[in-house]
Amino acid sequence: MEFLSHLFSSGTLSQFLVGLSRTTILFIVSSGLSLILGILRIPNVAHGSLYMVGAFLAYSVIHLFGGGVAAFVAALVIAPLGVAALGFVLERGFFSHLYEREHLMLLLLTFSFALIIGDLVKIVWGTEYRSVTLPVVLQGSAEILGLPLPYYNLVLLLVGPVIAVFLWLVINRTKMGKIARAAAVDREMVSAVGINVGWVFAFTFVLGCFLAGLGGALIAPMTNISLGMDHSLIIEAFLIVIMGGLGNVWGALLGSLVFGLTQSLGILVWPKFGIVFPYLAVVAVLVFRPRGLLSSTW
Amino acid sequence: MLEVRGIHTYYGQSHILFDVSLALRKGEIVGLLGRNGAGKTTTMKSVCGMLRPMEGTVVFEGEDVTGRKPFELVRRGICYVPDDRRIFSDLTVDDNLGIVHRRTREWDRERVYDLFPALREIAGRRAGVLSGGEKAMLAVGRALMSSPKLLLLDEPTEGLAPLIVLSLERQILRLKEAGISILLSEQNLKSSLRLIDRAYIIDNGRIRYQGTAKELENNEEIQRMHLMI
Repeated sequence: MEFLSHLFSSGTLSQFLVGLSRTTILFIVSSGLSLILGILRIPNVAHGSLYMVGAFLAYSVIHLFGGGVAAFVAALVIAPLGVAALGFVLERGFFSHLYEREHLMLLLLTFSFALIIGDLVKIVWGTEYRSVTLPVVLQGSAEILGLPLPYYNLVLLLVGPVIAVFLWLVINRTKMGKIARAAAVDREMVSAVGINVGWVFAFTFVLGCFLAGLGGALIAPMTNISLGMDHSLIIEAFLIVIMGGLGNVWGALLGSLVFGLTQSLGILVWPKFGIVFPYLAVVAVLVFRPRGLLSSTW
Repeated sequence: MLEVRGIHTYYGQSHILFDVSLALRKGEIVGLLGRNGAGKTTTMKSVCGMLRPMEGTVVFEGEDVTGRKPFELVRRGICYVPDDRRIFSDLTVDDNLGIVHRRTREWDRERVYDLFPALREIAGRRAGVLSGGEKAMLAVGRALMSSPKLLLLDEPTEGLAPLIVLSLERQILRLKEAGISILLSEQNLKSSLRLIDRAYIIDNGRIRYQGTAKELENNEEIQRMHLMI
């Protein structure tokens, strides 16, 4: 009965909130992956690498501007934009010529990009760990029901919903978003009503890469920025996207919640094996709903 | 206005169209008649850019447009309405019309809704749940949003109830009055005779006959050989 007392302690709440803030980053990265998978049909294995580039870029920008709040905010803007620019080059230079190819070819191409980007990061930033210190105002913790919750986790808890609303608006309220939704189902017909699908795809790819970069920039102060941080994340992001329903951004949100919360609460239930709970959740979801929690565009 | 000269089109390895030629003058409704699988849809897709003919040319308003992409042809004034409609089922009726590239300001949502008042009533509905007749109207309305000079209507009345067929035919005639040229494919001769000025008959990927609607109406032998009556 020991785990029950763990489960219903106030520690659960703080663990829940920490899990939710981690969910934010998972959601931001996996929603980008899901957009690219759903609309462009590219299983982008390099998405994790773009996230890593975002983290390293954030590190460089923060150091360039000498730390502090302004440097931190600048990093949150410049790093995602830098990754988006890289995405634009990849899309125009490579993917835009290859949309008609089969998925396996695209998968191999993105895998090669993952390797190339990994090596480029090694050349530019080296192999040592990098870390980013939070600006002084964001250091310290807020008290929630007597338990400390770091300010930065609170910031993440606010950023998550903002991004979700932003994506909802882009997808449902802008012409570009509506065209992208139509193209996810029938790209030829989108062309047959006079729309140059190529630009829609470029926009979607760049938006997806922006989200990867933003995720990387946001995680920078919470982790050791290092080569290899892309590998663990890309696996998690793919699991989340598959669990939520391929191509469905709300599925990515739901999948991230399940993944992030089972992980943080699992640690309470069974501290040594907390890490297995999200994977068990994925298995459980796929056994009962093989096509994912929400409707897939595939 | 449109001239198709000796096109050969393939689906992968299979040769579908053999030396298909046809022409259409401004303001005409020309029928492309034939049985299921005769090559009507392939011909239309070859004109609108969805398929690229291996040989032959498609000339529109004096310009060789063979091999252009569909969106480029829409911007020149050719718009295709597929037989399976292919409306964007995740979007609302209004958004199906709203996302179309508008070549000129000639047509807008209001004008489409005036032509098909039934669509105005359901403007906010998700297009995937519409009835067959509503989908057919939406597919035509969506094409009109691009202010086409030439509409390619692929069996627009296929699978619709007789009353709806009659009303859709009336709207098609109004489009002709509005100055839009139409290439209309149809399996059923009787209903197409109410609309067309001239017709081509296609069978096994070859044009077998061409003539005015009158001539075709009186030529029973040709009707028996190539059409469902």
